[in-house]
Order: sequence, then structure tokens, then C-alpha cells
Amino acid sequence: MKTLKFTLNGESVCRSVEPRTHLADFVRGDQGLTGTNIGCEHGVCGACTVEIDGAPARSCLTFAVTCEGADVRTIEGLRDDPVMGQLREAFNAEHALQCGYCTPGMLVTARDIVLRLPDADEARVRHELAGNLCRCTGYTGIVRAILSVLVARRTP
Amino acid sequence: MPHHAASIARGVGHSASGPVKAPAFDYERPVDVDGALRLLAEGGDDAKLIAGGQSLGPLLNLRLARPALLIDVRMLDEMREISASDNAVVLGAAVTHARIEDGNAPDPAGGLLRYVARGIAYRAVRNRGTIGGSLAHADPAADWVNLMALLDATLIVRSTAAERTIAAVDLVAGPLSTVLAADEMIVAVRIPKLSGSARVGWFKFNRKPGEFAEAICGIVDDPERDVRRLLVGVTESGSPHVADGAELLSAPPDARDGIITAAVAGAGFRCGTYKHQVRAVSLRRAMDALR
Repeated sequence: MKTLKFTLNGESVCRSVEPRTHLADFVRGDQGLTGTNIGCEHGVCGACTVEIDGAPARSCLTFAVTCEGADVRTIEGLRDDPVMGQLREAFNAEHALQCGYCTPGMLVTARDIVLRLPDADEARVRHELAGNLCRCTGYTGIVRAILSVLVARRTP
Repeated sequence: MPHHAASIARGVGHSASGPVKAPAFDYERPVDVDGALRLLAEGGDDAKLIAGGQSLGPLLNLRLARPALLIDVRMLDEMREISASDNAVVLGAAVTHARIEDGNAPDPAGGLLRYVARGIAYRAVRNRGTIGGSLAHADPAADWVNLMALLDATLIVRSTAAERTIAAVDLVAGPLSTVLAADEMIVAVRIPKLSGSARVGWFKFNRKPGEFAEAICGIVDDPERDVRRLLVGVTESGSPHVADGAELLSAPPDARDGIITAAVAGAGFRCGTYKHQVRAVSLRRAMDALR
């Protein structure tokens, strides 16, 4: 076991962890934050995407112990984030989910697209979404939702 | 990269329904490169270096790798440095794909590094995956393995005993296997700068952005530095095939197909096969992209 100290959704966490425990299992199992979903567990599906030090990352490919000193935000920690608020409304309006399993990871990725690529067009949004699998929607609603937030943020 | 691990997993009869939790291992986070090298020397074959973990993570979760000890070098300052001289750009081995994508490093090849970086897996992977880690993982389909060979990059490699350099084109000994000794670590990658008038062309053949490449081909034309090279990547041996590109570059357009056919055959692909065809098309498209 190793001692792990880091910031999770703005709060300081100090726990003993097995090195083999990945961050997704840690936030779900140890911290009870089940908003992060686990899909493929080898980095392909994107369901477990969280924010580490301000950037999206696969929590299934990040061993919790490697997050020493890091600032981690899961979907729960983005509840009051204004961009996430816009995205939630847009996902609702555009029917950007059906079963919802991909949605937490999709939203973390969407937020990164909106903030990092404010000029992104549809082709770029689709390129950026390649790492988040959705098997329900065919992506049309998701792409529309993200584009609508991008457009709304460009017009003051 | 994750998709590579998935393809490898399929290759050895595992599937996504197999084990997806890593086996137990010990974990150390040394404070400097010397400390990492000492741990690596002591750990021998049972120790593995980890930086971003975007290639090793899937192998661990699928239990295709079972190291007793992981040595975390992701945060070592020396491994994250970027520097440039008149002739070369040196990237620390733990520089992430995302930093290259974002232009944090001077591009030695007129923007080609940034372009290639954007096609590596997905942003969430690029935020953690590193150039040195990708090279050490030695997936024949990996972008850096092939691009570094084309650009004639040099790997700076250290052990507790010595420092040496390895030409990137000589790194891969076979799929997921390198010429690195068990106690050696890539600390940096030195990429020669092309001249301002150089032209480069690159084509990665895959069906979905970020996916495992079926083929990668590239070409460099830099008369000022006397560099004319072509690359046929993702070979059966695992080692990128880099050859003289002068004939192809100087050929009139209607003579190119024959030269491309021969170049791909020279990389070990029999004419008339799908694998030959997909590389020939990729090399043609790399030529078309030359600018």
C-alpha cells in the first residue's frame, strides 16, 4: 500500500491505496463518486474520462498512486462549472444522450473542446470526439450540442 | 497506445471480456534520473518504467505485462525539458504528445511534429502519453516510432553505467521489443532540424481518427541539407523501413507508381497483396501531400 495525497473535486484527500488500483476504481469504490463510468478499461471508449490538472485523462489508464499532488475533477466536481452548465442544457436540448453511459466522459471531453478550441467547426468537433464512444446517438445530437455551446460563447 | 494494446490482446487470444484489472505491483517515484536508473538496475527484468502509462496501462489492465515494480518517471524535470540549437530540437522523453500538438516545442520539421501529434490516439491520451514512452513501447504502428526514423532522430539513452545514443531507425528489434538493455532508459530524443526550404509529406492510413495505423508512409525532401528520404512504416519486422527518396522525388509524376511499388516491395511487402497496396497508396498520398 502507498499513501496518496491529492485534491479531488476541490477537497484534499489522503488515503492508502494499492498501486494497481486505477483512478476510476478509486473514485468510484473508495470515494463513492460513481458519476465516472467504467467501460473498456484499456483506454479506447472514453467513458471514464476525468480532468487531471486541468486536462482530460483516462482514469482507467491512470493509476491512482500516480496522482500524488494532482488536482483531479470528476463529473461531480464540475456541477457548478458554468461551461458544464451550458453543456448540460445543450445536451438536454439536442437529445445528446440516450442510455447516458458515455455522457460523463463525453461532457468532460466536450468541456475541453469548448475551452481549448473555441473556433472548432463540426469536422474538428467530430475529430476530437473520436476518443469517446457513444453507441446510442450516432453522435449527431452530441455534435450539435457542442457546436451550439461554441456558437453561444462566440456571440457576447 | 490503447488501441494497439487492444489489437495485440486480440492477437494473443485475449478479448475485451478478459481480465481488466492490473496484477499487483510495487511502485516507486524517484526524485531524479539517477534514482530511476538505480531502481531500474536493481529491479532487472522485473522492473518497468512508466511515464504517461498510456501504452503500459492497457498491457497491465489486460495482464499482458506483469512487472513486479513500476518506476514512475513522468514528473522528472530532466525528462520534461525541451531545448533547441541551430541544428536540432531535443525533447525530453517525458514530453507529452499534447505539448507537441500545442506547439510548446519548436518544430524541427516545419509543423510535421504537431500534425502527427494531433493524430495520436485521443486528446485524453495525448495529455499523458509521452514521446519516450511511445518509443520504448515500440509498437510498429506507433506514430513516433515511424516519424523519428524518417527524421533520423537520435535517442539519448542512459543506464547507471553509461550514456549512449541509438539511431531511431535502429531502435525497434521487433514488435513491442527494442534494442534497449533492461537497465537502460531513453532520457531524450534529438531531432535534426530540416532547413526552411524543406518539404515533408506524411500519410497515416486508418479508418478512424486516432486509431491504430494500418500503414504509415512519409517523405522528406531537403536539398539544402542533402536529405531525401522515404519511409514505409508498420512493417512485419516492426522496424521502420527508411530508404533513399531521391529517385521518387525526382521522377516525373507518371513514373512515380513504378518507383512506389518497388519501394514498398523493398520494405518486405509482396506486390499484389492488400498490405502492399495499402502502403503504396499511403506513400502516393504522402507524395501528394508534400509541401
